[in-house]
Amino acid sequence: MTTTEKRDYSTVPSAIGCSNDGDPIIQVRNIRKWYQVNKGLPIIGSFDWLKAVDDVSFDVPAGKTIGLVGESGCGKTTTAKMVLGLENPSTDGEVPVGSIYFQGEDVTQLSGAGRREMRRSVQAVFQDPWSSLNPRMRVNTIISEPLEINTTMTKKERDTRAGDLLAEVGLNPYQGNLYPHEFSGGQRQRIGIARALALNPKLIVLDEPVSALDVSIRAQIMNLLVDLQNEHDLAYILIAHNLATVRYMCHRTAVMYLGVIQEYGDTEEIFAEPTHLYTNALISAALPSHPDIQRDEIVLPGEVVSPVNPPVGDVFMTRTPLPVRKNHKYTKERPPLVEVGKDHYVVETPWSTVTGHDLSEFKLSVDQEMQE
Amino acid sequence: MVEKASKKNNNESIDRDGFGPSTVQDEVVLELKNLQTHFTTKWGTVKACDGVSYAVRKGETLGVVGESGSGKSVTALSIMRLIQSPPGLIAGGEVILNGRNILELSEKEMTRVRGGEISMILQDPMQALNPVFDIDDQVGEAIGIHQGLKGKSRFEKVVDALRKVRIPAPDTRAKDYPHQLSGGMRQRVVGAIGISSNPSVIIADEPTTSLDVTIQAAYLRLLKQIQSETGAAIIFITHDFGIVAKMCDRVAVMYAGRIVEMADCREIFNNPLHEYTKALIGSVPKLEEKTGRLPQIEGQPPLLYNLPPGDAFAPRSPLEYDEKDAMIRPELVEVKPGHFVQMSRCSVADFDKYKDLVSY
Repeated sequence: MTTTEKRDYSTVPSAIGCSNDGDPIIQVRNIRKWYQVNKGLPIIGSFDWLKAVDDVSFDVPAGKTIGLVGESGCGKTTTAKMVLGLENPSTDGEVPVGSIYFQGEDVTQLSGAGRREMRRSVQAVFQDPWSSLNPRMRVNTIISEPLEINTTMTKKERDTRAGDLLAEVGLNPYQGNLYPHEFSGGQRQRIGIARALALNPKLIVLDEPVSALDVSIRAQIMNLLVDLQNEHDLAYILIAHNLATVRYMCHRTAVMYLGVIQEYGDTEEIFAEPTHLYTNALISAALPSHPDIQRDEIVLPGEVVSPVNPPVGDVFMTRTPLPVRKNHKYTKERPPLVEVGKDHYVVETPWSTVTGHDLSEFKLSVDQEMQE
Repeated sequence: MVEKASKKNNNESIDRDGFGPSTVQDEVVLELKNLQTHFTTKWGTVKACDGVSYAVRKGETLGVVGESGSGKSVTALSIMRLIQSPPGLIAGGEVILNGRNILELSEKEMTRVRGGEISMILQDPMQALNPVFDIDDQVGEAIGIHQGLKGKSRFEKVVDALRKVRIPAPDTRAKDYPHQLSGGMRQRVVGAIGISSNPSVIIADEPTTSLDVTIQAAYLRLLKQIQSETGAAIIFITHDFGIVAKMCDRVAVMYAGRIVEMADCREIFNNPLHEYTKALIGSVPKLEEKTGRLPQIEGQPPLLYNLPPGDAFAPRSPLEYDEKDAMIRPELVEVKPGHFVQMSRCSVADFDKYKDLVSY
């Protein structure tokens, strides 16, 4: 079924931190999603830009997992929606154009057959297993619906395939005759995974696949996902806000803030030496795995800024506890990602990285926490 | 300076949980004795809370951990007497709050206790707050009922409560509606309602599951601060051992309506005895290091109307066991001072070591 011919990546523009190694399934280059929002005044032509995603680039190599991390509102889900084709990247007159490439071809230029192949190859598993399965369909029908649309299989073949898929995700084939409400949360998530696997995809977008589940069930689902990846050479885009999950599942990680990637690269590199202040703040706020582990928490001033009219320069500028020089060039233009280690890239401005700064005065030690 | 010195002193004297000076005092505020809550369903009687006993001291944080359906929330609702009857029924046991059994109070007396002496912070701030009333109305309602205040003095108390939960500009925020606040701020308002009448026990039912990591950290910090200011006991219901590690002095692990293990926080992490506790702690990936393949608990949580007769955890236990042993209903045994384990040959690997303590 799969094509093995050498793919041509020559048309894909280069971007920092992205290479064409490892047969990328999806390459995202400088995509943006800007929404026009009304200012509230009934004047025609008066609007603001809500920059949900702003100039994001990354590669998804075959068989690897890339994690998108950040607080709610940082644009990670919007990015995933664009990869899935549920949203189109902005190409409005005022917005610079980027694009998404599927196996080396620009998705906007794909032929009908190419587009169908992409739709088959890119699937999704959603966060909430209670609302992502149709309660009025039997599990077999849910799982074989993609087969009915995309293949010429007969009803009998589809049911056999659905049974095989259920067995693959650790359920019994006879359970295909049941309805979703007869399953627990973990089992429902398995059904969601079986549906995503039905068309032998190359990439699955996982939007917080375990955060709605019990802790004891999370391990089962994460292990299942890792096993399926090894077996089928699947690529994953994992959206998560739990950093421990990201460290466990992902080969590469992109930390996003306000629609912009702040730190990007090999997961182990990032966790071994988190360079961006925001990454450090996220790690310091994560829950410890033992009562003896105590992290001094870095508390960033203010709350997450609205993505409506974000700062023109470095988006992190308004959250940093370090002094910002007013006339620095990165207060007026976006700072680029800079390579700081092997496969480790970070947005580097005088106020956004931890290198060369004594952060102790911004850390809330345990004592201060009690005093504050 | 004086403050600092006394604080240091504090630090040395009681630092039990490693989270700075502990607020735990010896006075027991709330004690459950063999609490039983049953529900009548068409499949039979569900023993959602089946003989739960624990005590919480002043200033202490007790974590109650378990999967969904383990009875941890039902236990909390039973303490508040919020179990709808029928189908629910508090079938037996005692809940002793500040020296009296609140299960014997009339509904009218209970209304004063509920939200006054003992309050609850719920999981979902969007559902806990009414969208058509402003913050002042909702925080003020609790203050009006429990402190009998009206008008300006009530408003001052509201602002005070909002200030306590560190909401910026509390006097203007009090006139906002829930939708105007962010998720973290909303959860703080729910917290303000909870603490407004200086309760001696706060029950927090997974208050941070829907929040981002940074906001979660700030909220947990806030709860600790409130506790150190007021000396309230906190019962923290969660399924996440990370929160336990950060927040709790003691932990009770629940499974199928019963406590399977209860001990100090450190003891539970360093020396877990029950296989369920071990599995819960082990199945969480670590942030601090690269984790190898995660150990997982096989199977699903049991259906409470169809429990195995003896040890409910036996079918999921990784240990090898005799069917005969699984039929024995295990009892909670104190293996070390303050460390209780539900002793069953099927789910405690070191059973033989503590054999003398068990009567079967």
